[in-house]
Amino acid sequence: MRDGEPQDLDAGAAADGRAEAFEAVIGLEIHVQLATATKMFCGCELSFGEPPNTRTCAVCLGLPGSLPVANARAIHFGLMIGLALGSELAPRSIFHRKNYFYPDQAKNYQISQYDEPLCRGGSLEEIRIHRVHLEEDAAKLIHVGSSGRIHGSDASIVDFNRGGTPLAEIVTEPDIRTPEQAGEWLKLLRSTLRRLGVSDVNMEEGSLRCDANISLRRAGTEELGVKTELKNMNSFRFIERGIRAEVERQRKILSEGGEVTQETLHFDPASGALTSLRSKEEAHDYRYFPDPDLLPVAIDREMIDLAREAMPELPAERAARLQRELELSPESAQRLAFASELGDYFEAALDAAVDPPPPAQMLANWLTGDLVARLGDGEDPQASRVRPAALAELVGLVAARRVSVGAGRQVLDSLVAEGGEPQAIVDAEGLAAMDGAEELAVIVADAVRANADAAERVREGNSKAIGPIVGHVMRETKGRADGTEVSRLIHEQLGV
Amino acid sequence: MSATDVLALSARAAADAIEAGSLAPRELFDAYRERAAADVSAGEDGLNCFTWVAPEPPTDDAPAPLAGVPLAVKDLFCTAGIPSQAGSRILAGYLPPYTASAVSRLTEAGATLMAKTNQDEFAMGSSNENSAFGAVRNPWDRERVPGGSSGGSAAAVAAGLAPWALGTDTGGSVRQPAALCGIVGLKPTYGAVSRYGMIAFASSLDQAGPLTRDVADAALMLRHMVGRDPCDATSLEFPEAIELPSAERLDGIRLGVPQELTGEGIEAGVLDSFGATLALAQELGAEIQPVHLPHAPHALSAYYVLAPAECSSNLARYDGVRYGYRAPDPKDLLDMYTRTRHDGFGAEVKRRIMLGTYALSAGYYDAYYGRAQRVRTKIAEDFRTAFAAVDFIVTPTAPTVAFRLGEKTAEPLAMYLNDYCTVPMSLAGIPAISIPGGLSEGLPVGFQMAGPAFSENRLLDAAHALEGAIGFDGAATRA
Repeated sequence: MRDGEPQDLDAGAAADGRAEAFEAVIGLEIHVQLATATKMFCGCELSFGEPPNTRTCAVCLGLPGSLPVANARAIHFGLMIGLALGSELAPRSIFHRKNYFYPDQAKNYQISQYDEPLCRGGSLEEIRIHRVHLEEDAAKLIHVGSSGRIHGSDASIVDFNRGGTPLAEIVTEPDIRTPEQAGEWLKLLRSTLRRLGVSDVNMEEGSLRCDANISLRRAGTEELGVKTELKNMNSFRFIERGIRAEVERQRKILSEGGEVTQETLHFDPASGALTSLRSKEEAHDYRYFPDPDLLPVAIDREMIDLAREAMPELPAERAARLQRELELSPESAQRLAFASELGDYFEAALDAAVDPPPPAQMLANWLTGDLVARLGDGEDPQASRVRPAALAELVGLVAARRVSVGAGRQVLDSLVAEGGEPQAIVDAEGLAAMDGAEELAVIVADAVRANADAAERVREGNSKAIGPIVGHVMRETKGRADGTEVSRLIHEQLGV
Repeated sequence: MSATDVLALSARAAADAIEAGSLAPRELFDAYRERAAADVSAGEDGLNCFTWVAPEPPTDDAPAPLAGVPLAVKDLFCTAGIPSQAGSRILAGYLPPYTASAVSRLTEAGATLMAKTNQDEFAMGSSNENSAFGAVRNPWDRERVPGGSSGGSAAAVAAGLAPWALGTDTGGSVRQPAALCGIVGLKPTYGAVSRYGMIAFASSLDQAGPLTRDVADAALMLRHMVGRDPCDATSLEFPEAIELPSAERLDGIRLGVPQELTGEGIEAGVLDSFGATLALAQELGAEIQPVHLPHAPHALSAYYVLAPAECSSNLARYDGVRYGYRAPDPKDLLDMYTRTRHDGFGAEVKRRIMLGTYALSAGYYDAYYGRAQRVRTKIAEDFRTAFAAVDFIVTPTAPTVAFRLGEKTAEPLAMYLNDYCTVPMSLAGIPAISIPGGLSEGLPVGFQMAGPAFSENRLLDAAHALEGAIGFDGAATRA
């Protein structure tokens, strides 16, 4: 066991100046379960929580005499991933056997790709891709006993339902420099894969899994330091926390003049601890060799054309389109495009037939600002109580000044909590914007009188002093008043 | 039809007799089943050919064209609900849930599964002495081996305990026992017959093949085995139907004799028989000419790197976790693995697993596995070059006649030399047939003919013509 994760790494590192001394070099290995109908090398349907060992056959159980046959759909998905990442598609790639004994492997070897992968090179935004290859997933070991972990369990049993599920392994170059960048980039990758429709990309359910290779070097140098591998982190939060903990651990070792040991580590998000799984000396010799049961994967023009035809609009293209066609700001366009769940929600809201219609940029702001802030960490707005059409309707009302911005936020609170229709909430809560200018003028006059000091300062030219007067009006009107109109009336009444 | 008359029929003749109504399938089945069961009951006094014999005859009438002709199948093939142990203790009690494609194709064509045959463990051996079920005896001389690894299949056919049998050939495991037992054995082109359900030894070399009394039976069985199987990615559609052979002459056929495989290391009596067969071939109109297979002398070395390398991986699945033997009371996972495999595998299997593991290890891969693959490529090129000049390559099948039980068990390398003439064709993936060429010291000598990939029809035709001229009589051992 190692030291727990320090509470506030960045602050601590920055405070004593060590943050400048080292640069983290981070590469990711991402395993993506492919959403094919059947497994990688047999005809079993993929499993989604069926009773143990009900989605199995002679092949994925590794019974004597059984043989693998590669899933053409998985290869098609692999090519789509390669195209999306701008990789070079190998005309001929090889399935190898990776030999090691473990009970979650029916054959005691994994069929994977080794020195001739399906795709090489490419990039996604600023991060270069090293390779993409196909392989089969392992079965699930269940440790029976109180702890649920292998140590102290009474027995271990194997559920082969997951065994043989197709995986694409995406390996980046070590181009990532911070834990945050790793998290952000991984979200973009997830969006890309989701757009491709090749995977459910759900980290909690294990259809997207990430390992990180981490080393540190003195800032400004090129030589790579000794790296460690952080295994199987299963949420975006844990990935950032795990990498941060490991970067800090290495920084501490190097700062004290020590040497980092090459090893594989497990990050426990509950305790923040990093546990060594195996050292370099214990590393497996996998005895890779070409699987004689499988032919080389030969990619022809037709397969590439089919993959190309199946390509959807990718995040970068989507951002460009949103900017071009809807005149969104570059920031909004990228935000919506790179988080495809937001982009999909946005476009669904925009397509909803509401009257008055919401302006695109305003809708984007309400979605990425107000709505996202009101949802839990990483919650998909599609899964919230706020339907895209409801948000569209609300923003339309605000844009038409039928509801003030403040009242609109109250409506949104209500939508997030209970769902419903914006107009009905506005009516029920009496949140419609005040349309009687005379009524508002009276309230403004009251507010100016009640805040004489502030009024005096505004007269003297201090425009910021208007705040307390506006606040007074908003309290009186329960936020229904239009802020711009209130400001205009105050200035009018004060003669400035 | 009398029992003696029934037993005198080849598989093809028996099928014809059933079609003609002169023989009942049940009569044929019972005649063989009784003989097979008697061999099992005889224990030490029998030949020990079988690991399982059908307890009762099938109830349904078998369909044409094979019309219920009983079939003996090497233990290496998975047969649903019927013990399939690959001759190994580690698969003790294993009942597969499915049947191998090669077997189901034959039974779908009307063959009746009658027995499973003894073999060298996981097809590793040339004498059938490496079996958890004990050694098989040669019907020509009970003190001698039948060859291996398909020794049970070869001995059963030679002894008339089965009309024909299915075997597998990785480096000679159909051809060599066929030669030592005086019957016909054919290794088809790699990929011609599905490997699905055939318990793997060395996947890039394993091929199912018929062991039969005559060449026509081999053709008939092969006809109903070949074809692409969606369950075997390495299987191929055979480009033409397999015909029953009819040739009686070899006019214009060029037979190439590779000096590398017909000189040193071949027993004198075997060479004499080989020469006599060549002379007969010439009389039938064949031209005999020398050819060179310059890399063939390295075939055995390459084979004994590649086959163990593949086997070390293929046999990793026998770990006690899911099926077969598991060592009792393991104290942890490693203990279960180690003792299960220590107790479950025989010495030769463990030797090859260790050889193969070593050959694939980091730092040794290029020197062993990589180099062996390059030799394999060269050997395939040698054959392509040779087939530009000749129609078939001919050699003795094995360098010796059947040797005595126990004679070579202490010397693995001497045992491996049995495969000297058969391994090159395996590495090249080409078809080769062994037919009985005559006797030396009262024991059968095999004559091997090999052709280019998918030349089975021509190969069977030529073998048939030669077989007629040789006139080998195997009836004595079937009494």
